[in-house]
Amino acid sequence: MSVAVDLRACGFTHADGTRALLPTDLAIRAGETLAVLGPSGCGKTTLLRLIAGLAFPDPPGRVLFDGRDVTRLPIERRNVGMVFQSYALFPNLDVAGNVGYGLRLRNVPRAEREERVARWLAMMRIPELAHRRVDQLSGGQRQRVALARALAVEPGLLLLDEPLTALDAKLREELRVEVSALLRELRITAVFVTHDQAEAMALGDRVAVMRAGRIEQVGTAEEIYHRPATRFVAEFVGTLNVLAGTVQDGALHLPGGTLPANGLAPGPAVAACRPEQLRLDPEGTLSGRVTAAFFLGDRVRVVIEGAAAGPITLETTGAGPRPGDIVRLSAAPPAPWRLPGP
Amino acid sequence: MRPRRGAGFAAGVAFTGLVAVFLIFPVFLSVLAGVTANYQRGVFASGVTLAWVERVLDLYAHTIGLSLGLALATLACTLVLGVPVAYALARNPGRLARLAEEALVMPVAIPGIATGLALILAWGAVGGFRTHWTFILVGHVLFTLPFMVRATLAVMLAVNLPTLEEAARSLGAGFLARFRTVVLPNAAPGILAGSLMVVTLSLGEFNMTSDAAHAVHHDPAGRACRLLRLDAARDRLGLHARLPGPARSPPRRSAMGIRPRLRP
Repeated sequence: MSVAVDLRACGFTHADGTRALLPTDLAIRAGETLAVLGPSGCGKTTLLRLIAGLAFPDPPGRVLFDGRDVTRLPIERRNVGMVFQSYALFPNLDVAGNVGYGLRLRNVPRAEREERVARWLAMMRIPELAHRRVDQLSGGQRQRVALARALAVEPGLLLLDEPLTALDAKLREELRVEVSALLRELRITAVFVTHDQAEAMALGDRVAVMRAGRIEQVGTAEEIYHRPATRFVAEFVGTLNVLAGTVQDGALHLPGGTLPANGLAPGPAVAACRPEQLRLDPEGTLSGRVTAAFFLGDRVRVVIEGAAAGPITLETTGAGPRPGDIVRLSAAPPAPWRLPGP
Repeated sequence: MRPRRGAGFAAGVAFTGLVAVFLIFPVFLSVLAGVTANYQRGVFASGVTLAWVERVLDLYAHTIGLSLGLALATLACTLVLGVPVAYALARNPGRLARLAEEALVMPVAIPGIATGLALILAWGAVGGFRTHWTFILVGHVLFTLPFMVRATLAVMLAVNLPTLEEAARSLGAGFLARFRTVVLPNAAPGILAGSLMVVTLSLGEFNMTSDAAHAVHHDPAGRACRLLRLDAARDRLGLHARLPGPARSPPRRSAMGIRPRLRP
């Protein structure tokens, strides 16, 4: 029931001539959840609309569903489920009416329709809301109704546009877990767009990072995080410590000391590491002054200056240092690693 | 506990009451005059009667019926034209659409008399159109259409119709299906508000009807406005200007900028 999606050289130019998406190739496997991550205006929503059939790619771009060319097929004939950022629930229908809307269009007999609506509402854990008006629902409830409505027609592909953005942090976390479990259970191909990297990494089997109308990298969350293809990806996903210095005699020389070169080529080098790849270490060869320490509950985030050209962030458990303290650091392999170019 | 209301509140109520009385009192007087047996002698001396109402109905039931018929025909036209126009404007965010939206309101800014004259100048020579009641209908539709479009458009934009339609499309709804199940039900409050406005305005619009109806001349609908005796009043006040009129119609069409609004 889930389809594989293949975009071939799909670009999109607005009527006024602005390029929203450069010609892009992207293959989405059947049953996979792909997160499309990027800052606003990077073309991620355009990409989603091309897949949906709400927009059509500039020629010669093609969209294939399971190898079948659907490039010119409008959304109403693509059998895709879509969840909108604003939910777009029909205010003239109650919850059951919304969820059953697609089934009614497909002339599913009333009894079967009601049964299927009830099943989806139960699955979304909102059976008691069936006859509620949509303007009486909370944000989280609306989100569940929107999901149920999109899934009730049993689409081959589920598309979600910033599905959790409108919710508050706690609810977002909760729904993230639920949606993740649901997508895994249904094994439906899903593409969702987000600017929240935590959400992308938590939900996506793979993550596509976009910038300025192009996909910079597609890969698993681990690949994106630990082996970013471009400097943009490295900086956009997670916190990045940039270590610019000189490699000499097997060591990376920085303003506040040295770190093991870790295979970096001799000469000027721009290396990087993630906060968790650094640790406070009295025996460390790199030192700096603590400028800020944020207590986060389970850990302390420490910002250090003087060690590298810019500030360096690391996280530590237990008693954190205080601002003003001079601390020593060491790096755990594979850090420091070479920072790719832009 | 109820919050204490100060002198400001009392003053507000008093002021509101005064304004209401000021506005409603003339209406009350008109109604009273209509049911007074002998207005010269006053309501207390002569008593009340429904005879005058009866007489007016006897004389003008037909014309009142025509006015209502015209209002309903105007409503039908504005529904058929206005709802699709509002829909098109709601779906097109471009500058051209906004221009069209503004242009549509122009007939409201132009005095009804001028619109009526323009209609005569433009279509007066076209066959039997000028002597047909649809001639007045055109004027009314022109004048009331923007109210239908505006009211409907406002509601369509408020419910974010374009996104609702995209949602309906994603669920498999073709154009007709989503127009029936999403567009119309969600625009209904605006369409209703627009309809009330159109009927009210059509019934109340005098100037354009007067001009156009004089052109129609032989049509009984022309009597609907002469019922108000305003043309005679204009003659008495010397407000008329001589304008080229139709061959068989006396040239006494007013082009003054006054907009008398009388309600029967």
